[in-house]
Amino acid sequence: MKEKQFTDESVEKVIEIKGLNKSFGSYTVLENASLDVYKGENLVVLGKSGTGKSVLIKIIIGLLKPDSGLVSVLNQVVDEISYKELLALRLRVGFSFQNSALYDSMTVRENLEFPLVRNRKDLSKQEVNSSVEEMLDAVGLSQTINQMPSELSGGQRKRIGIARTLILRPEIMLYDEPTAGLDPITSREINKLINDVQERYHTSAIIITHDLTCAKEVGNRVAMLIERNFERQGSFEQVFNSGDQQAQPFFDYNFIQ
Amino acid sequence: MATEKELNANHNELKPVGRFAAWFISLYEVFKFIGRFFREAFLPPYELKELVRQCYEIGYRSALLISTTGFITGLVFTKQSRPSLSEFGATSWLPSLVGIALLRTLAPLLTGLIAAGKVGSSIGAELGSMKVSEQIDAMEVSATNPFKFLVSTRVLAATITMPILTFYTAMVGMLGALLNVSVNEGTSATTFFQSALESITYLDIVASTVKAILFGFTIAIVGCYQGYHSSKGTEGVGKAANSSVVTAMFLIFVEEVVCVQIFSLFNT
Repeated sequence: MKEKQFTDESVEKVIEIKGLNKSFGSYTVLENASLDVYKGENLVVLGKSGTGKSVLIKIIIGLLKPDSGLVSVLNQVVDEISYKELLALRLRVGFSFQNSALYDSMTVRENLEFPLVRNRKDLSKQEVNSSVEEMLDAVGLSQTINQMPSELSGGQRKRIGIARTLILRPEIMLYDEPTAGLDPITSREINKLINDVQERYHTSAIIITHDLTCAKEVGNRVAMLIERNFERQGSFEQVFNSGDQQAQPFFDYNFIQ
Repeated sequence: MATEKELNANHNELKPVGRFAAWFISLYEVFKFIGRFFREAFLPPYELKELVRQCYEIGYRSALLISTTGFITGLVFTKQSRPSLSEFGATSWLPSLVGIALLRTLAPLLTGLIAAGKVGSSIGAELGSMKVSEQIDAMEVSATNPFKFLVSTRVLAATITMPILTFYTAMVGMLGALLNVSVNEGTSATTFFQSALESITYLDIVASTVKAILFGFTIAIVGCYQGYHSSKGTEGVGKAANSSVVTAMFLIFVEEVVCVQIFSLFNT
């Protein structure tokens, strides 16, 4: 677990969620859920599959609408702003998809250029090129620049997905299951990349995962999604040692060892 | 308190009403989608580069198939029409008959049906696959309007290229007819085209253009709607491609009937 904590009152909140409710038909996934993310911290959201972890970050980025409750991102209430304002907000919030969601008809270079040429019209072709090369270098995949996504491995696709998100220099990163489906070595590389991104680009992040190693390695703080809200929050050790009967089965300490 | 049996009975009674309501809801969704297209397509920013790329994809890539089909149709249509006309000693009418038939109905309908199969299915499958693999969401979160980039450009491109393809089909069809007429009657190309073009009116050209625009719009909007709303999974992608073709073909025939009725009013 990372030592540095950000929950100090003096630290600015970049995401504020209060009394959030979200249902799909009769199935309620979030009920009166509240969560804060502080500037500069990596917050890990842990929980079993299907408990609504991804729903949470899709609400934060405005892909899903909440039924009720407050979701404020960088001091803007997401479901109250216009579509134009939402697009502007999305420039400041990066989203890394579970399956990378690379545009499969474009090369790696075109994938990275896509958000940049659309949103930074002030950049010259040369500046776009150097940004693409810098991002690929940051994720350690410069050699894949002219490859198609279908030619990349799962881990490489995740890295390119993160690079495509980072190219707009977001203040907040939302990672949806960054290590899902990867072998332990590649998972470790992704965890390292998430920490590098935090240090190098000073981002705040929510990392959705059910991978305890990932939670331990990248999280400054852990929030556990149990029974549709985040009642268990704190450092990895605090949540792990809480003795909570609902949280406990999730933490198989031997598994982490 | 109602028993479980009573609740089930009530549920069964409501079922047809529910289906009817669902049909209206989906019809409303389609009109909302079309409305959004008009809003997004004509307001800046414009995706001109992607529009040009789509015109190339839809137009140029369909040209070979359309050329072959158009040529064969013109040739076969002329061959099949000859016996009936020769009974009245009217084989000299063949060029005008073929010209009118091709321009008024055969070219728009043929091009529409081919495009529904080739372009409609490809749009449905491409957008469906992008939806399923979250590529549309990825565009959305990278502050790009995916509707403008994916839907508006494809619908505009199909609407622009279909009239061009239709006249191209008519022209290639005429060449097929010319081949047949030249071989059998020894008619020269000049005489053939003179005779064919004499019988074509401005109304025929307008009718053909209107139909082509309508067909192009229908094919692309149906494909985009099906792809954009495809359900999760590869099965959903297949369904989106399939229903894009089937729905577009059905609507093309309906539109053909309506257009023929409307333009026949101007002919009388």
